[in-house]
Amino acid sequence: MKKQYICIGCPLGCVLEVEIEGKEVLSVSGNQCPVGEKWIREEIKAPKRTLLTVLPVKNGKFDTVSVKSSKPVPKDRIPELLQILARVEVEAPVHVGDVILHNPLGLNVDIVATREA
Amino acid sequence: MNYDVVVIGGGPGGLAAALRAHELGLKVLLLDENEFLGGILPQCIHPGFGTVIFKKDYTGPEFASIFIHKIIEHKIPYKLNAHVLEIRNYSDMEKIVVYTSPEGVREVWTRTVIYAAGARERHQFEIGITGDRVSGVLTAGEAQTYMDLYGMLPGKNVLIVGSGDVGLIMARRFALEGATVKMVVEMMPYPGGLARNIMQCLNDFDIPLYLSHKVLEVRGRGRVERAKIVKIDENFKEIPGSEFWVDCDTVLISAGLVPKVKPLRNIGVRIDPRTGGPVVNEYFETSVPGVFAVGNSLVINDLVDHVVEQGELAAEGAAKFVKEGISSRRWIKISAGEGVRFVVPHYISGERDVFLNLRVQKPMDNVYVHLPEIGRKIKKLAVKPSEMLRIRLRQAQIKDVDEITVEVRK
Amino acid sequence: MVKVAVIGAGVTGMSIVRELTRYQNIEVHVIEKQSDVGWGVSKANTALIHGGYDDDPERFPVRAKLCIRGNRLWHRWVKELQIPHIWNGALIVAKKDEDFKELEILLERGRKNGVPEMRIIEREELFAMEPHVVKDALGALWVPVVGQIGPIPAVIAIAENAVANGAKLHLDSEVLDIEHTEKDWIIKTPQESIRADYVINAAGLYADKIARMAGFENFSITPRKGEYWLFDDDVAPKPAHVLFPTPTKISKGVVVTTEISGHLMIGPNAQNLPAEEKENLANTREGLDEVWHKAQEIWPAMPPRSKVIRTFAGLRPEPPEGDFIIRHEDAGFINAAGIRSPGLTSAPAIAEEVANIIAGLGVELKIKNDWNPMRQEISHFFMMTPQMVNDMVAKSPAYGKIVCRCNKVSEGDVLEAIERMKFIGVKTPCVDSVKFRTKATTGTCQGSFCRPRIVKLLAEAYNLQPWQITLKGPGSEMGVGDIKVLLRGDAQ
Repeated sequence: MKKQYICIGCPLGCVLEVEIEGKEVLSVSGNQCPVGEKWIREEIKAPKRTLLTVLPVKNGKFDTVSVKSSKPVPKDRIPELLQILARVEVEAPVHVGDVILHNPLGLNVDIVATREA
Repeated sequence: MNYDVVVIGGGPGGLAAALRAHELGLKVLLLDENEFLGGILPQCIHPGFGTVIFKKDYTGPEFASIFIHKIIEHKIPYKLNAHVLEIRNYSDMEKIVVYTSPEGVREVWTRTVIYAAGARERHQFEIGITGDRVSGVLTAGEAQTYMDLYGMLPGKNVLIVGSGDVGLIMARRFALEGATVKMVVEMMPYPGGLARNIMQCLNDFDIPLYLSHKVLEVRGRGRVERAKIVKIDENFKEIPGSEFWVDCDTVLISAGLVPKVKPLRNIGVRIDPRTGGPVVNEYFETSVPGVFAVGNSLVINDLVDHVVEQGELAAEGAAKFVKEGISSRRWIKISAGEGVRFVVPHYISGERDVFLNLRVQKPMDNVYVHLPEIGRKIKKLAVKPSEMLRIRLRQAQIKDVDEITVEVRK
Repeated sequence: MVKVAVIGAGVTGMSIVRELTRYQNIEVHVIEKQSDVGWGVSKANTALIHGGYDDDPERFPVRAKLCIRGNRLWHRWVKELQIPHIWNGALIVAKKDEDFKELEILLERGRKNGVPEMRIIEREELFAMEPHVVKDALGALWVPVVGQIGPIPAVIAIAENAVANGAKLHLDSEVLDIEHTEKDWIIKTPQESIRADYVINAAGLYADKIARMAGFENFSITPRKGEYWLFDDDVAPKPAHVLFPTPTKISKGVVVTTEISGHLMIGPNAQNLPAEEKENLANTREGLDEVWHKAQEIWPAMPPRSKVIRTFAGLRPEPPEGDFIIRHEDAGFINAAGIRSPGLTSAPAIAEEVANIIAGLGVELKIKNDWNPMRQEISHFFMMTPQMVNDMVAKSPAYGKIVCRCNKVSEGDVLEAIERMKFIGVKTPCVDSVKFRTKATTGTCQGSFCRPRIVKLLAEAYNLQPWQITLKGPGSEMGVGDIKVLLRGDAQ
């Protein structure tokens, strides 16, 4: 089966022509860099996304701190991660790059601050 | 106080301009209206920043912090909560910037001004939405402030007007925090934002995108309760009988940005009606000598990386202005021709390499960018209005012409 | 002490209240269902102090008498209360020869009603006054006594002055029932029962309902909608005077004017709504289009639609016979009802009228010696010189910090507005309350930058969370909760 995907690797948004059989990628074309091929193979097998959200901050310069997952997280584990984060409050001060939660899903992915507070 | 350059606006354009100007040995003052530097970047918590200049995918706050740290490290003077009341064009050589801040109203003299005050969002009245004026109608930027700075959720059933990147990204923001995004409504027959955002912001959350539709009316008592939507044809005419209502408590307006140029207009800066920003030369100097404009005050950009480049280039222009003055044997006029909505800059000297920034009028495949006067032709596989095209012109290619027309066609 | 309860904190009710606070033996209570004053009929109208040439003394004797009287009184009130205003006069434009016949009628009616200084002017004089009026204009009726005012700022100013002079405001207090006992009236609201010797019904669109609660079923009020367009302050050209077309049998016509903040404004049309649609303030495309086309008939130089900063609609409370209903019904229940146009103009005169009615009922009105007619406006950054700003900054840095960038409203201005809200008894913090006191959120961007900041300042001042702040009272909250409220599943 041939399918079209839009690469989310960067803002370029290459249109990838992918030949798939089940969860197996047979061929990829249309990508302008290797990121595209790597991404689509993963996207078909086990899609992952970087999670971005904000968390409330106590006694900080700002009311919230923006955070990201240090690596992309399997899409099907994101709801679980959101539930964990829904009950987190961060104590100020926070610096960019601080680990807010260490490995919450056991997948070697941390929750890291992207803004100070 | 006397400065070589006063930079107005501490977003990416202003930060980059201030840093580069400092590197070039100019005496800089940076003014910003907010309580923090970074402009809108601190509230843009999604990634996609820095892929061109850093070859890395930063979030908005991370990208901003790189520049902010450098500003602090180099001890470049800046004022927060500083709102510019007036720029005065005292002479071709000197400007006066009047601003207010918690320290009071101050006047500073400067050789040049780099104006990087950003843009404002179009609002519900401007895009002709009628009905009730109630809580729950807000622009994407206002929603970002509530959610990503203040930690407040503005609504739970959201209808998004406009499929530009900001609209798409906010669709995902709401969905991730547990809200229901009913749909994204887009007037054009194609999406306004990057393809990858359709994929990861809408498709991931099964959010429907209604192309060739528009919101007519919002109704509710106190709070939004429903919105009326209509299908439109290729001439943007409403199709009778196609109206339908959507229940929602929030209508998010993401209908484009308008450069904020009032202080420039007040000193007689020529404005290009097609960009909404000033007419500029290759250093982004406006029609008023010594006044430069960059970022979304110049033209609405889609990548922060380009804004940074504009800031740096304007700083180089300011340095040239201060040291030797900017001049050209003759200015070559750059005109938007067939298929092109606008081109920036509007004038080039032909004495150095430049980038032309342009947007096409509609999406097209397998087209050429034609520059007939200098006999150049550049192939493009796909072009769309949502993505700014950048054409590099090398000095050697710029011939002895008065005008270069930029056309995008087969 | 004689206790008077005024129902309705619009310009009519509050003017009556201010008048009654002049007397030492009267205790005045105002009962208002909205969260702040002036949010009913007073909020959205053409904001004119009319001349009084329009009201036929045969058919509408009360209007004919009170309009010009109110106009004269406003000259004093705007100064005592520091209400934003401009006395710039109106031109009723004639485009056809037969229009002059109509203008003659207006001129004669104005003379009968006591309106001074009106005259018919010719084409040349008209174009000298308004160079951009429609080219085929032949002349106009010039009414120099007409003025413009900020209607809600006026109600706010009157309310602050009335409260300073002892009036008590009960906001968020919808009247649920009115009971008449042997000796007095009991007015029930969700929070309390208020006893009064006299009740004054100034309930605007709901004056019929209030009268019925008190047992007086003799009139009904129907809403008439008018829609408006407001443009950015940098559009050109703008008229220097209030421009009317020559009226027809049906309507006074669409006005083209530069409102007191410098915005070109056009409107209203007139659409009669069913009696039950008293909350229908929705703008309609048909209504707005009608206003646009009619405005173009006298002002062809309309700005592009991209310069629209707001559209809005107001309802006028139409009484059955067209004239104001200002009378004592029975047992101390006084109506000030059906106050349609020129109600804003007439308000100070209506106040005098109602005081006379009370006096006529045998209440001796004893002047309060320490009654203070003066009220000071809050500070406005946009009206200050740099020196004045710096003097204020020396007291508080907030005066140098801009919140609303389009209209240049400082944090100090906003904090003063919040203080004044608390002073008159605003319990529900509303962004609109700040907006009407400071002009924040009403500029080019319509608040997308400053509204969040105002929400925060209100939350701090009222010790609430940002999502508990409302736009315009309960039911218009700005948010559903903190950012994680839905994920945790504990949203209300």
